[in-house]
Amino acid sequence: MIELVQHFPALAIGVPLAFAFLLPLLKKWRNSAVIAALAALAVTEFLALFILQDVLQNGIRIYSMGAVVPGLATPEQMAVPVRILLSIDAFSAFMGAVAATIALLAGIYSIHFIRESHSKYFSLLLLMLAGALGLVFTGDMFNMFVFFEVLSISSIGLIAFWLHRAEPVEAGFKYLAISAVASIFVLFAVGLLYGQHGVLNIAGLSRSTLLYGFAFTDIIALALLVCAFSMKAGAAPMHYWVPDAYGEAPAAVTAMLAVASLASLYALFRIAFTVFGATPLIELVAFAVIIFGVLSLFLGATMSLVQKDLKRLIAYAGISQTGFILVALGVGLAAIHNTPLQPFGAMAMEGGVFHVINHAFYEALLFLCAGAVFLRTGTKDLNELGGLARRMPFTAFFFLIGGIAIAGLPPSSAFASKILIYESVYFFNPLIAVIALVSSVLVVVPMVKAFCAIFLGPEIGKFKKVREVPGAMLFTMLVLSALVIIFGLFPGAIVETIVSPAVNALLSQSAYVGGVL
Amino acid sequence: MIAVLSQNLPFVVSALLLLIGMYALLFKSNLIKMAIGLSVMGSAVNLFLIALGYRQDSIAPIFTNAPLVGAVNAAEMAMPVPQALTLTSIVISLAVTALMLSLAVLTFRHTGTLDAEKAGRLKG
Amino acid sequence: MTEEGLSKIVRTVALLLTAPITVLGLYIIAHGHLTPGGGFQGGTVIATAIALMLVAFGSKRVKKAVGKEVLSATESLGLIAFIAIAFLGMGSTFFSNFLANAGGLLGMSIPSGANPGTINSAGTIPLMNFAVGIEVASALSLVLLLIYFSGEKEGKKGGGKK
Repeated sequence: MIELVQHFPALAIGVPLAFAFLLPLLKKWRNSAVIAALAALAVTEFLALFILQDVLQNGIRIYSMGAVVPGLATPEQMAVPVRILLSIDAFSAFMGAVAATIALLAGIYSIHFIRESHSKYFSLLLLMLAGALGLVFTGDMFNMFVFFEVLSISSIGLIAFWLHRAEPVEAGFKYLAISAVASIFVLFAVGLLYGQHGVLNIAGLSRSTLLYGFAFTDIIALALLVCAFSMKAGAAPMHYWVPDAYGEAPAAVTAMLAVASLASLYALFRIAFTVFGATPLIELVAFAVIIFGVLSLFLGATMSLVQKDLKRLIAYAGISQTGFILVALGVGLAAIHNTPLQPFGAMAMEGGVFHVINHAFYEALLFLCAGAVFLRTGTKDLNELGGLARRMPFTAFFFLIGGIAIAGLPPSSAFASKILIYESVYFFNPLIAVIALVSSVLVVVPMVKAFCAIFLGPEIGKFKKVREVPGAMLFTMLVLSALVIIFGLFPGAIVETIVSPAVNALLSQSAYVGGVL
Repeated sequence: MIAVLSQNLPFVVSALLLLIGMYALLFKSNLIKMAIGLSVMGSAVNLFLIALGYRQDSIAPIFTNAPLVGAVNAAEMAMPVPQALTLTSIVISLAVTALMLSLAVLTFRHTGTLDAEKAGRLKG
Repeated sequence: MTEEGLSKIVRTVALLLTAPITVLGLYIIAHGHLTPGGGFQGGTVIATAIALMLVAFGSKRVKKAVGKEVLSATESLGLIAFIAIAFLGMGSTFFSNFLANAGGLLGMSIPSGANPGTINSAGTIPLMNFAVGIEVASALSLVLLLIYFSGEKEGKKGGGKK
């Protein structure tokens, strides 16, 4: 058994890829395609959870592709690691578990949601999962770029899935333009880093910057990377693609797109903390990240007040929550070199990383509820919907839980993460904490508006025959709501077991370098 | 100034191409012109990566029929890793260009125009 | 460019050129581990043969000759061959080159440094080159066929619509 456990990181990327390549052959047999896709998603979920448990127990795990043994980072005659390494520390395993869980739930939800082209849909969904897992598990800059591209291009195919309408195609085009520009910036930065340091491995780059210091080309590369990953994550000045793409994609795809944005945030913080953590200029980057976060908080909350389309409303609220994560991790970044602020920086990072997993869960929950409403009524316009609480009681209940979570009210997990963020950011700069609180209060308003507009009120004539959604979709929403509530009832245990090791892995650059090389 | 320019000419041209591509992407409203702009930006990055790997008076990093050490036309080899990065980038930009053109054809079929401002229906 | 393709001279020359283009593409794929080239490059060269067919004959005849289903199936087969070879190396690690320097098929050991180049070397790399080459040729041909086909439908319907 110990033999196979070593290969789990590569299998976690290889199994979704293999099934994604296999599924187009099963175009004519719909049931076998769906069963094969769900089997692949379940296997990947099991592998990701096992890797998380293994890394939390045993420390950083590396996997060297194509070597004689998996653990061989630097071959005998070489001085630097030359193979493509997968290096999984606590933060990577954490993100991988989140991605695999959301993908499995999205797959189960899609059985009834998608009416045609199942093999194409599930093949692209598995490719998105393989891309996301590759992005978070890899330890090599260029491999990160390649999986970033796999993730982006497969999500284009899924956003523009309903080809017979014009809006998804337009949303897909906008997302493609942003994504292509971001990837060109990333490749420029990778080229600059390779030219300056001579290695592409993240741990190798980290060691090289610790030994030899920073030059001007490193600063240019850092600026390009921060811009590119913030573009893909939906941070505020670059957020214009988010409501279009999130609003026009099928509901389960939107949940996976949220995971893709979180994976881009992972890449941003991996670069900022592990490669560039030692430079005093990281404070400038931290301020830039905090400014992006504050803008996202404010713009997301205010723009979602005026939306009439349900999914665009939830998407703008989601931008606001991404602002929370950016502010929290930006404060952590600024506090690296600033010794009196370090415990507050660590607490802010714990809040931010905890908010990552909460954001993934309640954002997916809200989008899945919106998709359920769309499936049964055929419309997303808040002016046309109304009075569905009698017909779809479970969906209303799950939407209520999602709304409580996004507002940060007590029984939900977001309350714990937001309290951590407020308390620590207040010591850094009180104004930012006030803005965060105000946006959090502002986000309650559109959620209440949406809930009342869709579910409360008298029944509308054309929706009298609406039934509840099928059991599989209810099961996924139930699992997500249960996770939100359970994480909210036991936040201390979750922070201690999963979040703190992730934060410590992110903060200590030398532990990463020592563990990998 | 001229000396700096002549020594770093590939990098200056790469930056210029990036700016030209970005101008086409930002300021032109025809979808096909946006795709062309992205393609030009991709070429800028490929030029940058190839120029990165060049050493003075080097030959291609291929062992087959390479001149032996000590022969009359012996030279060192250019760095092979940026060339591998460039190949991957070319493949990816091909996929992106194919997707953009397919989406442009679909937009034309739905709305009858290729102008991004007239064909756009998602606002706010 | 009508649906029937171009004139008879162009059609004849295109037919004559298909074989050399395909052979050139296969040469680039097969010698990918020795000379510049490899899977993707050779695959695109083979796809240009299909593109030449499309321009010369029009999409209707090319669709009857090489259908969408055939191209989709060969694309999937290429991808599955690639990932199967990657999994076959699981004895040591994922993607490991278990045929190189092993003396069997494609396994001759070559000394490092300048050499005339033997094709019977480099292990799984030529096999993966072939898989990727078949996949890229099919995928690009399919993309060209579909865009050309939908473009011709637009041309017939729209006429001069602005």
